[in-house]
Amino acid sequence: MTGAPTSVTTSDGSRRRGDRGTLWGLFALPGTVWLLVLFVVPFYALVCVAFGDIDPVFRNAVPAWNPLDWSFGTAGEVLGEIFGGSLRKVFLRTISYVVCAVVLSFFVGYPVAYYLARHAGRWRGLLLALMVLPFWVNYLMRMLAWVNLLQVDGWVTRAFSVFGVQVNWLDGQPVTVVLGLVYGYVPFLVLPLYAALERLDGRLLEAARDLGAGPGRTFRLVTIPLSRPGMLGAGVIIALPMFGDYYTNDMLSRSPATEMVGNQVDFYLNATTQPQKGAVLVLVLSALLVVLMSYYLVSTMRMQREIRA
Amino acid sequence: MSWRRGRNPWRRPIGLATWTWAYVLWMFLPVAIAVLFSFNGGRSRSVWQGFSLRWWTGEPNASLLHDETLHSALRNSLVLALLTMLVATPIGIALAIGLARWRSRTASGANWLMLVPLVTPEIVMGASLLLVFTNLYTGIPLGRPAQLLGHVTFSISYVVVVARGRLLSIGRDYEEAARDLGASQLQAIRLVLLPLLAPAIFAGFVIVFAMSIDDFVISAFLSSGAGSETVPVRIYSAVRTSSTPALNALASFLVASTLVALALGASVMSWFRRRRGTKESALADLTSVGI
Repeated sequence: MTGAPTSVTTSDGSRRRGDRGTLWGLFALPGTVWLLVLFVVPFYALVCVAFGDIDPVFRNAVPAWNPLDWSFGTAGEVLGEIFGGSLRKVFLRTISYVVCAVVLSFFVGYPVAYYLARHAGRWRGLLLALMVLPFWVNYLMRMLAWVNLLQVDGWVTRAFSVFGVQVNWLDGQPVTVVLGLVYGYVPFLVLPLYAALERLDGRLLEAARDLGAGPGRTFRLVTIPLSRPGMLGAGVIIALPMFGDYYTNDMLSRSPATEMVGNQVDFYLNATTQPQKGAVLVLVLSALLVVLMSYYLVSTMRMQREIRA
Repeated sequence: MSWRRGRNPWRRPIGLATWTWAYVLWMFLPVAIAVLFSFNGGRSRSVWQGFSLRWWTGEPNASLLHDETLHSALRNSLVLALLTMLVATPIGIALAIGLARWRSRTASGANWLMLVPLVTPEIVMGASLLLVFTNLYTGIPLGRPAQLLGHVTFSISYVVVVARGRLLSIGRDYEEAARDLGASQLQAIRLVLLPLLAPAIFAGFVIVFAMSIDDFVISAFLSSGAGSETVPVRIYSAVRTSSTPALNALASFLVASTLVALALGASVMSWFRRRRGTKESALADLTSVGI
């Protein structure tokens, strides 16, 4: 099938869009099959465990592979705990920590992205490299760094105690966890924000200024609205992993007082023999996040289509 | 001339500049201090007791050079990253080429399938993989085999993202010129498209290596105990115990090897570029994941 260049003889020489569809399909095949077998099937397995049974003797999970056999006992139990029981607090805490962390990340990251996009001048190359660098410094290493500084005899703790503030920062402090999340994820916010602000047409800002708007009004009425799609995308892209994060919390607090959903999932799946509960929690989390995920996917697809067109 | 009334709008934004450099300092100072403490003379990871190489080479059992658990973590991380790189990059590049050229209903389905892992929180992926390996694919043991399959799964989409940007900028003209000159479709791909894609393929290798080495969640969920711990998993499990600065040495070594891989990658890529005389920076491909 790869022999003669049949398509040269097409009536319309410049367009060969339809030809060899199967060949391109073959190129896409290994990756697609891989993702089906190791992304889609595993998620189905998770659903089957969540709606499966528990072995009466060994108490281990018995997944129900046939949707007709699904039972919703564990799911109902977990949902009950979420809406009225012990898990309620965990969910509310997760949501409030993530919201705080995302808002703080914007507060920290937006000015940086703005400076980079509009004013950095000859420093831009160096600064961009510095913005990318944290991506390649292991996340756990970055948290380890803070653990060292925040220990009882750590440099930051001692600096605070000079001002009379005596706090054990690593002992279940919500502030530590939220700031840890900000520190961990803000680099992933700055780059997409930079990309969005960099695309912004500077002439529009000048026009606003020429028409008499001050810097504050220009920012509020022109810059923010024009960069809104980029801001939303960037916010979503850091909020998603934060919702599933458990290691930041474990490194910086490891206390039930700051526990998030991710910690519960980790607990049920890795420390107990009740994976159903963990699986149900993952499903609930996915259901909560599906709105954010689809927002991001749809806007990415739209952008792809615009680039192609 | 409204600016005459207020301050000069083209003045240098000192406040923004200060904020940005403070941000840079905040990002890197803690990490630099953690690296510094790997050279601490005492047992503490938070009180400085003079410079020494004790935790790198000196201690007979507990230094990075001599502690077997630290070795095995490093070995696991590096082997896993290399294998992931070798498996995920070709699959991802092929998928990117396929998706860029193939127009059909199935193709747009495959495109969605490729994008979803990018927005799926790692804990969802880790939990699903753990449950599929313990309940369905029971022939694949937890530990390195499962970790490798998991790492490849989350890496493929990133390779596609990196390669796709380049595929779009290459366009179809060169390939069609090759076809017009008598090359078969496969020859056009092999002799024209792949060489043009070389920088993206390379960027794919580098990015997959770095992402795999950086990963914690998938490695942790699919680990089978101490023998398959990677460096991030090791840091996670040791950090709150009274571990020594050898942990900092381990983490520093990992970061250093990531950065070396990255620097090598970037220089090879700029060599590609110089050979082709293009002006784009090597950074563009490497940052395309973040943007």
